Amino acid sequence: MRRDDLIQHTSAPPLLEIRDLSLDFGTPRGRVRALRNVSLDVPAAQVVGIVGESGSGKSTLAYTVMGLLSENADVTSGSILFEGKDLLKIPARARRSLLGDRLSMVFQDPMTALNPVRTIENQMIDIQHHGQGSRSEKRARAVDMLHRVGIPDPKNRLGAYPHQFSGGMRQRVCIAMALLVKPALLVADEPTTALDATLEVQIIHLLKDLQTEIGCSILFVSHHLGAVAELCDRVAVMYAGEVVEQGAVRDIFHNPAHPYTRALLECDPGRIKKSTRTLPTIPGEVPSLLGSTKGCIFRTRCPQAFNRCVQEDPVEYRIGVDQVARCHLLGDERLVPA
Amino acid sequence: MTALLRVEDLRVRFRTMGPLKALATGTKAPFIDAVCGVSFEIRKGETLALVGESGSGKSTIARTIIGLQRAVSGSICFDGQEIEELSGTERKPYLRRMAMMFQDPVGSLSPRLTVRSLLTEPFRIHGIKRRDAGGEAERLLRLVGLPADFARRYPHQLSGGQARRIGIARALALNPDLIIADEPTAGLDVSVQGEVLNLLARLQDELGMAILIITHNLNVVRHMTDRMAIMYLGRFIEVGSTERIFDQPRHPYTEALLAANPEPDPDAVLNRIELKGEVPSLLRRPSGCEFHTRCRYAQDLCSRVFPEPSTNPNDAEHNFRCHFPLKGEIVSGLMLSHPVSVGTERS
Repeated sequence: MRRDDLIQHTSAPPLLEIRDLSLDFGTPRGRVRALRNVSLDVPAAQVVGIVGESGSGKSTLAYTVMGLLSENADVTSGSILFEGKDLLKIPARARRSLLGDRLSMVFQDPMTALNPVRTIENQMIDIQHHGQGSRSEKRARAVDMLHRVGIPDPKNRLGAYPHQFSGGMRQRVCIAMALLVKPALLVADEPTTALDATLEVQIIHLLKDLQTEIGCSILFVSHHLGAVAELCDRVAVMYAGEVVEQGAVRDIFHNPAHPYTRALLECDPGRIKKSTRTLPTIPGEVPSLLGSTKGCIFRTRCPQAFNRCVQEDPVEYRIGVDQVARCHLLGDERLVPA
Repeated sequence: MTALLRVEDLRVRFRTMGPLKALATGTKAPFIDAVCGVSFEIRKGETLALVGESGSGKSTIARTIIGLQRAVSGSICFDGQEIEELSGTERKPYLRRMAMMFQDPVGSLSPRLTVRSLLTEPFRIHGIKRRDAGGEAERLLRLVGLPADFARRYPHQLSGGQARRIGIARALALNPDLIIADEPTAGLDVSVQGEVLNLLARLQDELGMAILIITHNLNVVRHMTDRMAIMYLGRFIEVGSTERIFDQPRHPYTEALLAANPEPDPDAVLNRIELKGEVPSLLRRPSGCEFHTRCRYAQDLCSRVFPEPSTNPNDAEHNFRCHFPLKGEIVSGLMLSHPVSVGTERS
């Protein structure tokens, strides 16, 4: 089911290449350094997951790619190359015209992502404004897409308003709208968080099927490790604004190299098969990102922290073929800095 | 052990349209039954989980127990006293011994009150004079593992996990015998989720209260509860000890719920059971077994006959409503036509 053959690096450049991205939010209390030196690739036709706790910057990263940041956000360095163009340098107009064409997004909350006073039909036709064809052709495409995401009786449901759909159905409509434009990259920001477990399974399978069919890439943001393990080819683990580890999904889940990844995986109660009264936790809290930081960002909660972690920022170390982690513990001779 | 709370044949009904509209449209029953004849009991110091998808009626049961919602019929017996019929003031002394943790941790705290006033509010509501309100707030904060200077904060200054802890502290203020926790881990990260559950478990060991947990997260259920009840469209479809149900679910819906939990392992054997469709509308309950529209084992009989509860012969506490329960012994005469015997084996 997984496309192992594609995981190997090909000579073709990745579809989305985020390089050394840093981003601050200006607040009355000072600058919050929300993203620091984030580098991430999304190869063509692959699903890349971003996991992390709330406040780790995973949604900020997704919004940066889409260009949907608030006014007080300030990209201080780095580049986002999408199909060879730097999204941060191209004119606002050109960037805007990519949205709903080459780039599209599924939001976290299906209850608020649709316009409540317009019918699904209007919204699904509007989103195809880049496309050629008459209104009736666009309507036919909308019906076809609704059918494919599993909405029963799409012809009659097309005229309905968002409030006439249940939560799971609305998220399907959102996915249908995002994929209707046949994007090269779909950014999905926690698309299953607001849904029940049984619907989550349905939505994950739906995303996977449609991704294979359309051949697009997906940047899948989630804090649900199980969903990421099931859907993604590659995973990036974020903590407090940094990507601490990334690699192929199997390597990350079977052979995590960063202490934070290990702690996060151990926390998942789904892993613990025996009934226990005490569940593992990560002691401490996510550090404040106000002002500049020095040393490893995870050191305050890391069980293996030592002197070096306070003094210098860890660089990325390559483990195996396709896995990198930022941790001083990996700094012995058998590993080469990436 | 004696039952602390006994609920019998509880039925909660919501009106779907006004009487005039019902008359005009000729609707005979302008109601939906959100909770449909539910019976269960919670013993002292025990933890029971109500599990189900949104709209299955689990929160409605909780709201009915603490009197935020009236039942149409049925009885709620708390420590030997029937409380459903009592009026507001008569009910108050019993409500004092029950506490509820609401689903939205931040939304359930008044944004204009400090943590200190929030924590001492239960005393004011129940007219308990405490000379040392500050000390009491400090004691509660210590109990849930928060520093004393949190007393001056406002809800918007709290993180999700901290707000949840304040919710627990508020629930504990009056030393209740029963805590009703509505989705105690909803919206929390896995690491914080563990902290909140460990805290609840520790407090239960120390203070010995019973807990009714309402959740759709089966991971929470496995580690926290003694018994569990699975709800579908306002009815219990399977009840029993948590261990037994996880070990050997008998109802196909339970099986699907247990399987719907994605494992954090990309190589996990994908024996996922994907349920078709969504929960049917309460306005149009399916005929026969109400789960037959989504059940992968459904047979002709299921769409016609409403299944009566059957009991696991090895465990009198394990009950389920299914014509063709999953693997296991034949319980009643009806199940002699078990599909296993005709070669459609389930595993």
